[in-house]
Amino acid sequence: MTLLRVEKVTKRFGSLTAIENVSLTIEPGELRAIIGPNGAGKTTFFNLISGLFPPSEGRVRLDDQDVTALSPEERVRRGMARTFQITEIFPELSVIENLRVAVEMAEGHSLSAWLSPASKRAVNNRLDQLLTTGNLTGKTDVRVGALSHGDQRAAEIMMALALKPRLLLLDEPTAGMGDQETYNVAQLVRRLHRREGLTIMLIEHDMRVVFNLADRIMVLGEGRVLAEGTPQEIAANEDVQRAYLGEVAK
Amino acid sequence: MNPRARALDALVIVTLVTFPFWLAAIGSYTELATRVVVMGLAAMSLNFLLGYTGVLSFGHAAYFGLGGYGTAMAIKFFGFGSVPAMLFGMLVATVAAIVIGALIVRRRGVYFAMVTIAFGQVFYFIAFRWNQVTGGDDGLTGWSRQPIDFGVYKLDIAGNDKAFYYFVLCVFALCVAAMARLIHSPLGRSLVAIRENERRVRFLGLNIESRIWLSFVISCFFVSVAGGLYALLNNFIDPRALRFDLSGNFVIMAVMGGMRSFWGPLFGAAIFVALQDYVSSHTENWMFLIGLVFVLVVRFFPRGLLGVLTRGSAA
Repeated sequence: MTLLRVEKVTKRFGSLTAIENVSLTIEPGELRAIIGPNGAGKTTFFNLISGLFPPSEGRVRLDDQDVTALSPEERVRRGMARTFQITEIFPELSVIENLRVAVEMAEGHSLSAWLSPASKRAVNNRLDQLLTTGNLTGKTDVRVGALSHGDQRAAEIMMALALKPRLLLLDEPTAGMGDQETYNVAQLVRRLHRREGLTIMLIEHDMRVVFNLADRIMVLGEGRVLAEGTPQEIAANEDVQRAYLGEVAK
Repeated sequence: MNPRARALDALVIVTLVTFPFWLAAIGSYTELATRVVVMGLAAMSLNFLLGYTGVLSFGHAAYFGLGGYGTAMAIKFFGFGSVPAMLFGMLVATVAAIVIGALIVRRRGVYFAMVTIAFGQVFYFIAFRWNQVTGGDDGLTGWSRQPIDFGVYKLDIAGNDKAFYYFVLCVFALCVAAMARLIHSPLGRSLVAIRENERRVRFLGLNIESRIWLSFVISCFFVSVAGGLYALLNNFIDPRALRFDLSGNFVIMAVMGGMRSFWGPLFGAAIFVALQDYVSSHTENWMFLIGLVFVLVVRFFPRGLLGVLTRGSAA
């Protein structure tokens, strides 16, 4: 069954049309990249999918159920998780506290004033798993705001992962990072996709990352779909080269 | 838990337990200690919302005053004992907080603070105007706190200052222990998370509004306990216990003492009450000095006086 189906969504802000008539489907297990020049509407598109604001027209379906009118938190409960271009974490709290909040919410403990020893153990086991997956084991007690860019991103992705999402949306996971950090985050995304079988949709500027990771790519330009296809098809597409890749290659 | 925090806990407990014994030695009196504990509880209750959820209320005096009026009226009109009367006051205030909280929780930041003032002032004017029931501007008199009868033993909180102090301290201890428990629970962590980053919490699947509402109600519940104790302490209550300037004083106590540290607001309340007591016997303009101290603290200790001790992840 198709996991995510976006049907002809349009988003207007006053007289500006940020997204125009964009459709897309994501199958389970897919790793889809969204690329496009600055201002193409990529983040707006993500915000429509994750429910930060509603589209002006069109529908968003998750598991064939219409979620267009649902709030972000309701979409999260149905299996959608996301990260942001500017990392959204709890900067004053330590790495482990950040993850603990996420795990407790994911496990439905967030209203409890007390946890049974069994639940506590389950939470701690899950925390260990996430720390290992995110390569954060040595930094558990560090204030998350004091971590490097790459580690903050890893922490944010692990918080999203704590929700055991079926669809993970990553908005420019390597934004503002050096080569080594970019490589590390790309490896992390690859592991989540290959090893955990996670369905992932990501916006990305770094073309090496995109062409290495993605199964399929969608190119946005000025709010419209310019092209869609496998990395090879996109690399060969002349429209795309003109509108986007050309200016990068120059 | 770090040893520094443990040491501070021990220091606070020892100080509070021995308060009435050495207070006389420095030329003060037991009632002052009781007032510190009552105001400390109010400021710590406010801080549950302010420091641990990151939401500013300028209307907490309303629930403090409702707790106080509820207690006073239950004694005066229904002939309740001191403790049942307090429970009645807490019930009234908490119901008000449940209803009003639901109405205002969609507002955020300064708008939230403004509507808390507005709703608070509604109760102030009711108390001010409704002479037959509330005593109006003159306050509610003609009642006093009653000894607590445990059957085998009668605790004379009416006639014995020290007995009343320890009664207040016991109530304070119960409330503070409950708040500490909540803060270090998954529920408390979800509130701190809202303080730190609302957007992340939403995208962890939590409804922010209902959670802030819950924190507001918990905070108002505890502040109403302080209000009940305050009425018992004075054997009197008047509309100033509901007014927004008292709400402002709670905020000053919390910020001055350190809203990111658990005991900070108690410390702030102690300084506030002591200054008020000492300075107001010399000049009417005691608020000037408190304002001056407040400005200096905010300038030189932005995390509050106890904030310097608890640098780092105060969860």
